[in-house]
Amino acid sequence: MEQPAVMNKKRVQTGSTTRAFAKPHVIEEWVGKVYTALCILVLVITIGAIVYFVSSRGLATFFVDGVSLGGLLGGLKWEPEGDIPLYGALPFIFGSFSTSVLAALMAAPLGMCAAVFMTQIMPGFGKKVLQPVIELLAGIPSVVFGFVGLSVVVPVLRAIFPGQGIGIAAGSIVLSLMILPTITTIATDALAALPRGLKEGSFALGATRWQTIYRIVLPTTLPSLLTGVVLGMSRAFGEALAVQMVIGNSPHIPHSLFESASTLTSAITLDMGNTVMGSTHNNALWSLALILLSMTFVFVFVVRFLERRNKR
Amino acid sequence: MHQEGLSAKNLRVFYGEKEAIKGVSLDFAPREVTALIGPSGCGKSTFLRSLNRMNDTIDGVRTTGEIWMDGENINDPGVDVVLLRQKIGMVWQRPNPFHKSIYENIAFGPRYHGVRNKKELDAIVEDCLRKAALWDETKDRLHQSALALSGGQQQRLCIARSIAVKPKVILMDEPASALDPVSTAKVEELISELKQEYSIVIVTHNMHQAARVSDKTAFFYMGKVVEYDVTDKIFTNPSEKATDDYISGRFG
Ligand SMILES: Nc1ncnc2c1ncn2[C@@H]1O[C@H](COP(=O)(O)OP(=O)(O)OP(=O)(O)O)[C@@H](O)[C@H]1O
Ligand SMILES: [Mg+2]
Repeated sequence: MEQPAVMNKKRVQTGSTTRAFAKPHVIEEWVGKVYTALCILVLVITIGAIVYFVSSRGLATFFVDGVSLGGLLGGLKWEPEGDIPLYGALPFIFGSFSTSVLAALMAAPLGMCAAVFMTQIMPGFGKKVLQPVIELLAGIPSVVFGFVGLSVVVPVLRAIFPGQGIGIAAGSIVLSLMILPTITTIATDALAALPRGLKEGSFALGATRWQTIYRIVLPTTLPSLLTGVVLGMSRAFGEALAVQMVIGNSPHIPHSLFESASTLTSAITLDMGNTVMGSTHNNALWSLALILLSMTFVFVFVVRFLERRNKR
Repeated sequence: MHQEGLSAKNLRVFYGEKEAIKGVSLDFAPREVTALIGPSGCGKSTFLRSLNRMNDTIDGVRTTGEIWMDGENINDPGVDVVLLRQKIGMVWQRPNPFHKSIYENIAFGPRYHGVRNKKELDAIVEDCLRKAALWDETKDRLHQSALALSGGQQQRLCIARSIAVKPKVILMDEPASALDPVSTAKVEELISELKQEYSIVIVTHNMHQAARVSDKTAFFYMGKVVEYDVTDKIFTNPSEKATDDYISGRFG
């Protein structure tokens, strides 16, 4: 709305009077506003529709089909086609959480150390060579990760540990590779954005490079580093294909990391095609999707919270 | 060459191929404030940063010549920069407190130099804050974040932090140029106070400040020292025309 006065020295005829500061850009203003508002509207409607659809289907399990919420969240048996259908999703919830948490635990130290190396130890080489390589890793399709997992990770685990090699261990290793670029890239950006003055302040007091990294660089950037870990974890939580290929997909809580298990995403993708829209089984799968969606919201809120802390 | 104190001999600093400091020799005596003045880009900061080898942390910087301190040439690859920087403190234009509490900002340095005892650390923190004239303002909030302090308080905290490791020399790069007049006056007062114990090298664009706080003044121009003398002499009766032109605002 504000027009720089100098730009509009040209006199504009409005009605019968001539004014120096009339607004000649009304239409441009209006078109711009309407266009951008339309774009945002499309986005909001899409997201709203997804949330509505997933929730209405997912909640129908409880309100229409009469499955109890506690039974779904806490039930250990998933037998939708049994004589007495059972919808216990705890094994999937357990599988999703354990694979993504383990993946984050493995990838976080690796990614952070890589970021320290690329920004603090060899910044030149890091920026020119390592960073592009890691960004490339982020672009590899998940089916490739799954394939590598199946042909490398699973046989190795089978050779070393008891069992078939499939399971939570294999799933989380594959996931940790997948989320490594996310964590590394965010950590690298955070470390690179650290004001030079802080590091120099520490050097000037006679701290060594490692003391400076350990006591100043990492603590100062911690909220951003954690943001990367949470984003990586949410990616792992939502990943279906790669885990599905190596986890075994049996709906049980396993007794060890090397026993077949399953996740929310793989349960949905494997079963969805075999159910009839509107059936209890189908609705129960939507309930699993609703759990995934809610977890995504939780992750987003955690990231927001960390970012707000970072501002201070 | 001073037996105590710091002295640079024929110092040259290169950024890649570009020579930013072209052979500077200066002596900094203990308990004396030396002001470095000169137009923007003439190499004051570069020179200052070479004294505690802070330029080592920048890629592609090469420093030749000698810097003598305690009878040792500290511009030698064999010298431990960590020990050296403990002896030569530094304060920047923009206050750079760590994202920690006021207490931790000051305790940071001493901890790394072996002070573990809580009582001893408490004493150091109080002593440094008192010397920086910050104790009364902060004694009730020592464990709150240093980032909540005002810019002027942060700068005094950074000065307090630098004296906590018991340096001999303090290098200050335009320490008051981001501060309001009241904070500036406080920092200047503090410099006069600290002069009793330390030798101070201060870069400033404020001629009045240089005249007020310093004993000696060096006028830098295009990477060289054009004139170096007692401050009074520089500001009342400079020998070089360039110095006269600069301090009277005719260029720079
Ligand atoms: N990191 C760097 N890489 C390359 N050249 C640099 C770098 N830092 C400074 N220079 C160059 O070295 C010269 C001296 O810079 P310096 O920062 O020491 O000037 P200064 O006297 O402190 O200026 P000011 O009063 O503006 O702070 C300038 O020409 C500058 O362009
Ligand atoms: Mg400078």
